[in-house]
Amino acid sequence: MPARAQLALLGALVAIVLASAFVGGSNPYFVDVAVSCGINVTLAVSLNLINGYTGQFSLGHAGFMAVGAYAAAVLTTTFGAALLPFVGGQTWLLFLLALVAGGLMSAVAGLIVGVPSLRLKGDYLAIVTLGFGEIIRVVLQNIDAIGGPRGMIGIPGYANLAWAYGIAAVCIYVVWAMVHSTYGRGFIAVADDEIAAEAMGINATRYKITAFLVGAFFAGVAGGVYAHFKQYIAPQGFGFDKSIEIVVMVILGGMGNTVGVIAAAILLTVLGEWLRQFGDYRMILYSLLIILLMILRPQGLFRLKPRAGKA
Amino acid sequence: MSELLQQLINGLALGAIYALIALGYTMVYGVLRFINFAHSDVFMIGAFAGYFLARVVPGGSIGAGIVILIGAMAVCALLGVVIEKLAYRPLRGRSTLTVLITAIGVSLLLQNVGQRIFGANPRSFPSIFPVHQFHFGGIVLSSTQILVFVVTLVLLFLLRYIVLHTRIGTAMRALSFNPTAASLVGINNDRVISFTFALGSALAAAGGILYASNYPSIDPLMGTLPGMKAFVAAVLGGIGNIAGAAVGGLVLGMVETTVVGFGGSTYRDAVAFAVLILILLLRPEGLLGKRTAEKV
Repeated sequence: MPARAQLALLGALVAIVLASAFVGGSNPYFVDVAVSCGINVTLAVSLNLINGYTGQFSLGHAGFMAVGAYAAAVLTTTFGAALLPFVGGQTWLLFLLALVAGGLMSAVAGLIVGVPSLRLKGDYLAIVTLGFGEIIRVVLQNIDAIGGPRGMIGIPGYANLAWAYGIAAVCIYVVWAMVHSTYGRGFIAVADDEIAAEAMGINATRYKITAFLVGAFFAGVAGGVYAHFKQYIAPQGFGFDKSIEIVVMVILGGMGNTVGVIAAAILLTVLGEWLRQFGDYRMILYSLLIILLMILRPQGLFRLKPRAGKA
Repeated sequence: MSELLQQLINGLALGAIYALIALGYTMVYGVLRFINFAHSDVFMIGAFAGYFLARVVPGGSIGAGIVILIGAMAVCALLGVVIEKLAYRPLRGRSTLTVLITAIGVSLLLQNVGQRIFGANPRSFPSIFPVHQFHFGGIVLSSTQILVFVVTLVLLFLLRYIVLHTRIGTAMRALSFNPTAASLVGINNDRVISFTFALGSALAAAGGILYASNYPSIDPLMGTLPGMKAFVAAVLGGIGNIAGAAVGGLVLGMVETTVVGFGGSTYRDAVAFAVLILILLLRPEGLLGKRTAEKV
């Protein structure tokens, strides 16, 4: 990451942390939208590593988010009282541990999903990941200890603006640094032409699984933040619709364009809220927007030319 | 024994409906090589078209039922052609991902317009065909199940005839074999694609009415799950393969009812996806598909 971009990221982070300290009295609705933006940025940037840079098509990101959300929430809600003495009574440390644990659980899920399904390509991979996402949801619905279809309530509200954007910044930094390292050019090589990449000695499967692991990890962490901000999670909240929402962010941002994807995530979150004034027409407008954008600007809102040579 | 037979009949009836929907996925995939996500919502519109037609045409007799069925099929054929023209044709030649996302957009659009127009609450579907129950020993066979078998068989043979023995069917096969070569020998690709969408959507409408006759509650989101399962059926049989779609549908329907019969009803929706994942891992070309080599 160029020094200038690093500085910009750091500056933005400091500004958000400062804002988070003074946000107490302001309108909770705006805080809610701002936190949602941060969570969606994390989700979109992590999916961008899989769908954008590595050129795979995952439609199950909400499933990974669900795994992380539930794992983190169980740690703080069910085992929170037992674990707190071990971290010196510091709730932030407990939350951090829960987030990491949620992310790791989600990465394990990513591994389980990724190893078999990454043998497939394009549409098939999309459908299989969609299937896995749905299976995760159905399984969560059937575990009574975490509320089943009723969902989990009473999750402590540890997350705030600073957490949401701190996580987003870490995710942006890691994805950017990974892809722009010498090692990371392999992701782009796999996206451009898998057979050619293999011929150059790149282990395509390994790169794809790495992308899946890292992407799933951050989706899980984002899920953890979401759970501890909303303080309530239910399996229905992590369905197919949520996965689509994240995919649309990545596509609008221009696949494999981190800055564009961040902008698209924020834009779509705010747009979704703005469209609420149209009540029942909200989702109609949203779907029309997807169709029109795909017809008019398939390369994404923030990319000038379509990427050459892609079939 | 009788319980097993009963499950078999129920599974076949469900599977026949999946087969009808799966045919639409498979035909569109055959000519355009993309998954038409909106297909499941055309299925929903088909059920609603039947619902509203049943208000105009007094149902209850076989003749009226056939009129309603054909009417709904015509409505959906038109809808399929319009969707293709407005949403997919501008994207001809673009990457599959772009078309896939557009298809998801169309699907969301149909669902939400449906919720706006029809309302989000489920409606009860009238019985448009006469209803009877036949008892054979311990086995119950309802007339709607017989209807499902008859309609599916008739439509399958009709489709087979169209695809194998008519000019347009030959053109469809040529297009799915090689679009460039097809247009070189004078086939109007756009017209064939429109026809394929009309045919697939009409079958989805028939599936919608049969599904609603068996499970008489319809709502704008009813298409999602049967649609996804039908897609699984298409992949199971080998996508792009018409006979495969029919076989895949029947197999999937029976697997699903068996799992429900053995007490796994809360997992019934996960079953289809587990089948999908297994088939893609073990035999990605499907039961009846041909394995193709990857070319550079």
